Amino acid sequence: MVETIREITYGEAIREALHEEMMKDSSVFLIGEDIGAYGGAFKITDGFLKEFGPERVRDTPISEAAIIGAAIGSALMGLRPIAEIMYMDFIPICLEQLANQAAKIRFMSGGKLRVPMVVRTQYSLGRAHGAQHSQFFPSWSLQISGLKVVLPSTPYDAKGLLKTAMRDGNPVLFIECSLLYRTKGYVPEGDYTIPFGQADVKRKGDDVTIVAISRMVQESMAAASALEGEGLSVEVIDPRTIQPLDIDTIVGSVKRTGRLVIAEDDAKTGGVGAEIAATVVEKAFDYMDAPIMRVAAPDIPIPFSPSLEKEYMPSKDKIIQTIASLLGRRRGLA
Amino acid sequence: MSALKEIGRVPPSDYSKHGLAKDRLILMIKKMMEIRLFEEKVEELYLMKGLITGPAHLYFGQEAVAVGVISALNSDDVIISHHRGHGHALARGIPMKQVMAELFGKATGTCKGLGGSMHVAISPERGSLFASAIVGSGIPIAAGVGLAFKYNKSDRVVAVFFGDGAVNTSSFHEGTNMAAIWKLPVILVCENNRYAIGMKVEKAIALGSIVERALGYNIAGIAVDGNDPVAVYLATKEAVERARKGEGPTLIECRTYRQKGHGIYDKAPYRPKEEVEEWLRRDPIANFRNALISSGAATEADLIEIKNQIRLELEDAVNFAQDSPILPFDELQKYVYA
Repeated sequence: MVETIREITYGEAIREALHEEMMKDSSVFLIGEDIGAYGGAFKITDGFLKEFGPERVRDTPISEAAIIGAAIGSALMGLRPIAEIMYMDFIPICLEQLANQAAKIRFMSGGKLRVPMVVRTQYSLGRAHGAQHSQFFPSWSLQISGLKVVLPSTPYDAKGLLKTAMRDGNPVLFIECSLLYRTKGYVPEGDYTIPFGQADVKRKGDDVTIVAISRMVQESMAAASALEGEGLSVEVIDPRTIQPLDIDTIVGSVKRTGRLVIAEDDAKTGGVGAEIAATVVEKAFDYMDAPIMRVAAPDIPIPFSPSLEKEYMPSKDKIIQTIASLLGRRRGLA
Repeated sequence: MSALKEIGRVPPSDYSKHGLAKDRLILMIKKMMEIRLFEEKVEELYLMKGLITGPAHLYFGQEAVAVGVISALNSDDVIISHHRGHGHALARGIPMKQVMAELFGKATGTCKGLGGSMHVAISPERGSLFASAIVGSGIPIAAGVGLAFKYNKSDRVVAVFFGDGAVNTSSFHEGTNMAAIWKLPVILVCENNRYAIGMKVEKAIALGSIVERALGYNIAGIAVDGNDPVAVYLATKEAVERARKGEGPTLIECRTYRQKGHGIYDKAPYRPKEEVEEWLRRDPIANFRNALISSGAATEADLIEIKNQIRLELEDAVNFAQDSPILPFDELQKYVYA
């Protein structure tokens, strides 16, 4: 008998993590817009209202600041709220509560208070949602000490990281990618967690390192496969959490390969990749054989027109081109 | 529709009718005097001695609000304070030493010197949960505290303090609406001290009064003489009862006056002299003292003794704060994450 490996989607993995934690811990509750009666804008929590009731699956008015504020208040009193902000573009509406309150309360109180809460959100780049419903812009969060920031790229990571988030004692921003919701992968049944601050080497390689964030992990894996055919060995690292960031794994890889490409869906200027690049230069300058390159979005708002949006988006092809140009330098072909 | 109500100054002859015995009243005046003398000392330490720096928003003139509200709460109820929070901290029973040490930025302060004046009222073990220095932001957080009480089927309540400036923030709207639709045990205490820094309240709201906002959320609203601790106490008591019964929030507009500037360095030249004088004549402490003496609840001598006792405590508090250590910088990282 061959044991079949269970594959479920990224969306189902998130749903499973929420469901299992809610079954296990009665202090966990969900709060957000259209998560109950409507089933969630992406149907992640479909059926939860019926199963857990309106106290644990709390539909809110369109009040993002109060969603986060209410999550903070209930977390301060010992509950474990999972707040949902429907689109990452709506984070600025509640940024005050998230950045000034949730993240700083522990520090400002001299360590007396803790805010164990999760904010789930997602970005919908690549779905023709226009400039206000598509953007991925996590780099501000790196300036906010006190937050943890998670960006799962696979169903397996999504479930394990969300469980860790729900058991953490701090505010955790959990950023999902809506283009990934239907991607499938191996996910164990039952309980497991993935520690924060531990990057995952998704593919081993010797010639060049790609640090890829969220959706770009898939694009990077595809690029690495394509380049393998041309005799190139590409390592793909997924940091999985950017706060805390496992810089050691990245630096260790770059010291071996001597080349680093960072692939990310956020705008190139001031993005997460800029921070990673600067830190790698500080720690591994003497090992570098080529400039660090970023495959990121251009510095313009996201265009609606689907073909323009496609051009806007970082992709497998752009990664391949970038790596080709880097290696071209080495071979004197550029 | 909800109804609005007004509670004016309570005549001293009615104190016993409201169940306020002598010791209770003495405790109230004591707390008010403690706040006043504390703030006088803080002014001296900032302006004359230069021993403390940073912003300090003093509570002169608003003592009846903190004391009146907190007198109506149980010890396991929760308050949420704001940037003008020294009075809330002392009224809630946080030791003067800890409050003073926080202003000095010392490790023995309520927040180990990491919060400062604007967060000084953070002492969860005494039911003073949090203090936000961002105007209005405590209101949605209070809704969350109320939500937790409801979730746990407890009859505890939360009172959140905010100023007249806060009622124009989106936080006020979102938080109040949320508390209203879910009938959360939240008491919304607006300290209308008539100025948001330099912006006069009449210029900042289109309605005739703040309490009328309650109608828009279909919650109870009480306008109260915010310079009378007994009136504030009665309004809060009513709100607490409503909240404990699961009937939702109450907006209490406490009409009071910021006797000094916005911050310690603000001389507030934008206020008409006559207005200031008029409100100084309605000083909450002077009036309450007279009321207690006239009703026989206290004698002049009792009050002098209380004052002397507070002065001694205050000297101790200053010495304690001055002698206390500062957290080593390299320990700060451990306070960032739980």
